[in-house]
Amino acid sequence: MNRNLTRGVANGAWGGVVYVLTLVALVPLALVLWFTISKGWPAVTHLEFFTNVERPVGIPGAGVAHAITGTLLMVGIASLGAVPIGILGGIFLAEYPGSRWAEIARLASDVLVGTPSIAVGLFAYALFVAPFHHFSGLAGSGALAVLMLPIVVRTTESAVRLIPGGLRESGLALGLARWRVSLQLVLPAAAPGVITGALLSVARASGETAPLLFTGFGNPFLSFDPTQPLAALPLTVYKFALTPYPSLQQQAWGAALVLVALVLVINLASRYVLRRQIRLAGQL
Amino acid sequence: MAAPVSPARPPDRFRTVAGTVAAAAPATLVVIVLVLLQQAAPAMRTFGFGFLTGIDWNPVTSSFGALPAVFGTVATSFIALAIAMPVGVAVAVALAEQGQARIRGVIGTGIELLAAIPSVVYGVWALYVLAPWSLQHLETPISDRLGAISFLAGPATQTSLFTASLVLAVMILPTLSAVSRDVIRAVPRGLKENAVALGATWWETTWRVVLPSARAGIFGAVILALGRALGETIAVTMVIGNRYEIPHSIFYPAYTLASVIANEFTEATGPIYPAALVELGLVLILVTLTVNVIALLLVRSAAARAAI
Repeated sequence: MNRNLTRGVANGAWGGVVYVLTLVALVPLALVLWFTISKGWPAVTHLEFFTNVERPVGIPGAGVAHAITGTLLMVGIASLGAVPIGILGGIFLAEYPGSRWAEIARLASDVLVGTPSIAVGLFAYALFVAPFHHFSGLAGSGALAVLMLPIVVRTTESAVRLIPGGLRESGLALGLARWRVSLQLVLPAAAPGVITGALLSVARASGETAPLLFTGFGNPFLSFDPTQPLAALPLTVYKFALTPYPSLQQQAWGAALVLVALVLVINLASRYVLRRQIRLAGQL
Repeated sequence: MAAPVSPARPPDRFRTVAGTVAAAAPATLVVIVLVLLQQAAPAMRTFGFGFLTGIDWNPVTSSFGALPAVFGTVATSFIALAIAMPVGVAVAVALAEQGQARIRGVIGTGIELLAAIPSVVYGVWALYVLAPWSLQHLETPISDRLGAISFLAGPATQTSLFTASLVLAVMILPTLSAVSRDVIRAVPRGLKENAVALGATWWETTWRVVLPSARAGIFGAVILALGRALGETIAVTMVIGNRYEIPHSIFYPAYTLASVIANEFTEATGPIYPAALVELGLVLILVTLTVNVIALLLVRSAAARAAI
């Protein structure tokens, strides 16, 4: 009797510990969001923050327009490379899953996800900056594309795998070529999941700082020329946060808020799309 | 009209094309390592293996050694793991349970959003909020009371090895808990049901049956998180203090491989200095590659065993 009582108490106590620790895990999320919003809000409530570029300390009306366009430009160009390649690679992994080659490609993608982004920056510097003797937005895009590729590959693979084999078999039974089945039948059915993956990779790339330090490099002026250095939101946050001037730190918090809003909106939206996809695939 | 059906299928060209494109990831990985090897070559020729054990970092005399940075990287990552592991596994246990899907969904989403927040945002938060708080409420009290233990000695500084470890702990938590949750979910239902049928409580089932059989996979998750911690750059750079030495106490400033590169690479001139920085990157990438491959194989074999 006594022993069972101890067991019951231990059960309840450890259950409590598990749930308390789970709540502890959410505390940093709440704190980061709270401080980013409360400290960044005063900066973003001025319209100039989104229309002007950075200004020297003490001159009012500074903004991050150049960083927003720089981020959009670099991530956009990176997507043009990484998304199509990643989708086709992901389709291969899902449609021919058993082969040895697929195993290697899958492992390599997972390893690439965990590769330090600073090392990817060094790689892009050697390949795209050193030969041309100047930093450029294109070099930044190159580094970001490397980081996006494995995310697109793996999410595409899991989205395509959700499509039941019956769809492929009916296509093949009607005499469609293998590529038509994969690209015109299976891929459209898996589209929401594939788009989710592309969006997640865009979110990840938008927040990366380390690979841009010596590729995109940053630029205090508004520029749309990817062959020249380009500004980026994370670079602005990093640069201004480390200055001793409160007005610049304020802009860093503001830029951080814009960045967090961008990344979280993309994440929540893609999550919604994905949930619908899984529901639809269940009905197929 | 009645053409004979050819028994041999035509070669699957789509497979060849898609397979070639799928080579992009492995090829990139190989090229990254090769390019870094080539860029680091001048430093490797000059210093040989002594680079790994040297403690100097002096661009003026062109004397470079990696040991303090390697120490900082390894120390921050392991302290971060020690902090994050209990929390991460607890989250995984809580999320892997059945029932109350709505609450679990909210918690799971929260943890995944934690992974989505950019590194630099953690950095700003750590620099202005976490570091002052930790100095006042953790580092100073601990070093005051336990300062006799050499590696906990004071006076603590606001940017330190410990502060960097705290941020890292937060940043690797999502990896740790998401992968562990999947591994715990993959534990065969029958095992749990047997334990419950024998009269075990929920905790006894979890602690004596579920966690032991998920052990290899959780270990894999921990190593995967270690890989993330080793390579993390920006947030760590902002709070570690950037001092190139092996600190005597975890409350002193230090440096990591990634942070040295981030801070110095754009300003490095001469033939040897940039190459030495790239060699730091090479050390970093080879260590994380090894760690990641081991972790992935562990997690996969755990998942495969559960499937049988």
